[in-house]
Amino acid sequence: MTSDIAAILAIDGIATGAVYALVAIGTVLIFTVTRVIFIPFGDIAAFTALTLAALDAKRFPGTGTLVVVLACLATLMEIISLVRGGELRLLPRAVVFYLVLPLVVVGAAWLVMRADPPLAVRLVLALMLIAPIAPLLDRIVFRPIADGSVLLLLTVSVALHFALVGLGLLFFGPEGVRTDPLTSLSTEFAGVLISGQTMLIVLAALVFSGLLYLFFDFTLVGKSLRATAVNRTGSRLMGIRPERAGTIAYLLGSLMAGVSGILIAPVNTVFYDSGFLLGLKAFVGAIVGGMTSYPGAAIGAVGVGILESFASFESSALKDVIVFSLLIPILIWRSLASLHSEEEIEE
Amino acid sequence: MTRLHIRLAAIVAVLCLATAPFVLSPFSITLMNYIGIYSLVAIGLALLTGVGGIVSFGQAAFVGVAAYATAWVSALNGYSPWLGLVFGVALTCGVATVLGVVTLRLQGHFLSLSTVAWGLAIGFLFGNVEGLGRFNGISSIPPISFGWIVLTSSAQIYFLIWGIVVAVLVLGYNLLDSRLGRAMRALRGGNTLVESLGINAFRIKLATFVIAAFLASLSGWLYAHMSRFISPGPFDASMGIEYLMMSMVGGAGSLLGGVVGAAIVTLLKNSVQDYLPLIAKGASGQLETVAFSALFILFLQWARQGIVPFVARYLPKAKRDRPQPAPPLPRRVQPKPGELLLKVDSAERRFGGLIALNNVSFEVRSGEIVAVIGPNGAGKSTMFNCLTGALRVNKGEIVFAGRPITGDAQSRIARAGVARTFQHVKLRPRMSLLENVMLGTYARTHTGLFAGAFRLNRREEASARHEAQTQLERVGLGEKPFDLAGNLPLGNQRILEIARALAADPALLVLDEPAAGLRRQEKLRLAELLRSLRADHLTILIVEHDMEFVMSLVDRIVVLDFGSKLCEGAPAAIRSDERVQEAYLGGVA
Repeated sequence: MTSDIAAILAIDGIATGAVYALVAIGTVLIFTVTRVIFIPFGDIAAFTALTLAALDAKRFPGTGTLVVVLACLATLMEIISLVRGGELRLLPRAVVFYLVLPLVVVGAAWLVMRADPPLAVRLVLALMLIAPIAPLLDRIVFRPIADGSVLLLLTVSVALHFALVGLGLLFFGPEGVRTDPLTSLSTEFAGVLISGQTMLIVLAALVFSGLLYLFFDFTLVGKSLRATAVNRTGSRLMGIRPERAGTIAYLLGSLMAGVSGILIAPVNTVFYDSGFLLGLKAFVGAIVGGMTSYPGAAIGAVGVGILESFASFESSALKDVIVFSLLIPILIWRSLASLHSEEEIEE
Repeated sequence: MTRLHIRLAAIVAVLCLATAPFVLSPFSITLMNYIGIYSLVAIGLALLTGVGGIVSFGQAAFVGVAAYATAWVSALNGYSPWLGLVFGVALTCGVATVLGVVTLRLQGHFLSLSTVAWGLAIGFLFGNVEGLGRFNGISSIPPISFGWIVLTSSAQIYFLIWGIVVAVLVLGYNLLDSRLGRAMRALRGGNTLVESLGINAFRIKLATFVIAAFLASLSGWLYAHMSRFISPGPFDASMGIEYLMMSMVGGAGSLLGGVVGAAIVTLLKNSVQDYLPLIAKGASGQLETVAFSALFILFLQWARQGIVPFVARYLPKAKRDRPQPAPPLPRRVQPKPGELLLKVDSAERRFGGLIALNNVSFEVRSGEIVAVIGPNGAGKSTMFNCLTGALRVNKGEIVFAGRPITGDAQSRIARAGVARTFQHVKLRPRMSLLENVMLGTYARTHTGLFAGAFRLNRREEASARHEAQTQLERVGLGEKPFDLAGNLPLGNQRILEIARALAADPALLVLDEPAAGLRRQEKLRLAELLRSLRADHLTILIVEHDMEFVMSLVDRIVVLDFGSKLCEGAPAAIRSDERVQEAYLGGVA
């Protein structure tokens, strides 16, 4: 391997890693706030890419139907639980949040789409359509078992991923998509050609992580999320609703996953089931950060990207084997590094 | 319901299974074969996940390793499938041992995540190795044959598959009811509990993990020679979660639940394939996954217990005989009264900048009751943890019965004769009082895996049961040995912990805040019990907060304050000591 090839591989790896980093940060965010290891984040990213591709092709994406179905289900569950709890006065609010709001988003997207909007608007539409999915899934799937053990939540999360893959095939079909590059610029750095897309990916990863940092440190909502992550009961006593914090975390996470989906779609062909590997690799990165540290997760994810890039040069068939085998030593290191209070497993 | 009823039910079930191939259609038999093959994996998972608390998403990879191994031996190299069985089982168990040694020290969800990781890595390997046919798989795998009988039709291999399933169930239930099985069932109580009983938790976990992999390898062998063709598909990550689902639906922790779960999931999947196209035309494949995952999620939300435990609740309880007198278990040589038993010599323990124990020394002589007391934050719990091996001292030495135990593992200290109880009671709520106390006899008994599974341990088991019953009677809980420990009130749970500790035949009994959370009557009963133990020349060290409880009970008191030893002496002297009063009540004005 010459230094030229190494440089190209490294740049490629950093770009892929930056995409993973966005998803990894979202994963850490959800985990700290809700204790759910949200495996389906990769699916959210893939769905965003597929949504964008459908919008590009002037078709109304299946995401719309998915959101409507999920919104109806979530509303139904919310109404049932409110009626059972005798909190009828909260009904209108629940309907607004779980039914009207998602429907408005879908309706707006449908209307705007007919006007043949420019690319920037299509990007926003794709992100808007994808954003309600994870919070709605949270309401439907995770909230009834919010008190369960991390392992139960993880098992459910894995099952949810398989459901989403099935839904993905149903709503988007088996064809892979590759969207147009967002920019055609390119530049040369130290003798190596760097495409504008690569720079965009890295830039977007930096900007979004920076924004997240500002959000956490300088806004009250961000601080309430951090408080929930540290201690659910404590923050509840301070008047923070953990459910609301969870919803915000899922929204933010979806946004990050959506951006990564948009960024990766021009580089790799995205299929309805591409999300799994994307999510898992991001997740490997998140584990490097111990599932708690955002910079750790980002660094880990970039590391995974670089490793994958070099591994695929050595043996493209075995690159996934290499990446996932590597997870085991990382897990051992993390498990040794973090002091565990002994948790008895639920009976 | 007696043992006889259970046996009769089992015999009827086996007879039904045996006649099934003569009654059912060929398609149903094939379905039954799949159920049997999946059951084996699900039974393994019931042991691993349900009993041992280790959630594994990667069992499908083990099935695959064995299936590919036997295919490689028989189809690609032309040897007998029986050689394939040996090779497949050996390879799978080897891989499982290596993975287990590497990953089983991981905690909680880290461990489960690692199963996702190696499950995926191994799964990808099947499709990418040149010699294993890549994604085309391996075809023309020969059938299994017994001499001249070749198992080609599904009605023939049916008997082999279900014969193995029944044998595995019988052996599995035997194992769970033996010394090692009880240790496995204790795993969910956490490492500290398991180690405090003198059990090496890691080895038990490893054994459980390898047993589950072994069952998966049997399944893989049968699968390869039944379908005669293998490709990477049936061993990928989604199958891994399906196995987990089977064992959870049936009832994690119940071996029979593995079979029930495998049957339900397989039949459900089959009917989903039949009926979904009627509801939504042309979208069967993808909807199948969705419907299936949705059902699983609903199941986890509403019925985490699983089907078999749910049904078992409505069945009449099995009546069991009281343990019969049996030859006693060997006892350890107890130290002579008055002999130096425990010596803590200038122990020091730091947590970062905080010195939790600072140069603490004291001694316990055989036959005494000694209390370590002190206000909150005095270092009592740290002292306790250092004594039992849960923590290590940074400096100083701890000598027990003439042997230094500084830095020894908890299970070694336990085996040396230190039995403990816990401030927050650690019992196995779903095990009977008798079984909980039998856990205490672990270090005194020797039955291994095979002896347990094949019931070659009758005599030792009877002795252990008798010993447990004796200790239950000693502490006054001998009336209902088959009640579940979780149904006892807190006071009696504390006392049950003492019975468990006594069953280990300890030289020193260490009690961690035994009076915490007890009502007055319960405290009085506990004190009475401890006095009767002293009358039997048992040495007891109590770490306690409650002055009143300690004063009337113990021979000597060691007072800790801010990590240092304040003073030591008889209760009366301690009561009048000004330094102690100051520590507890603040300065005398």
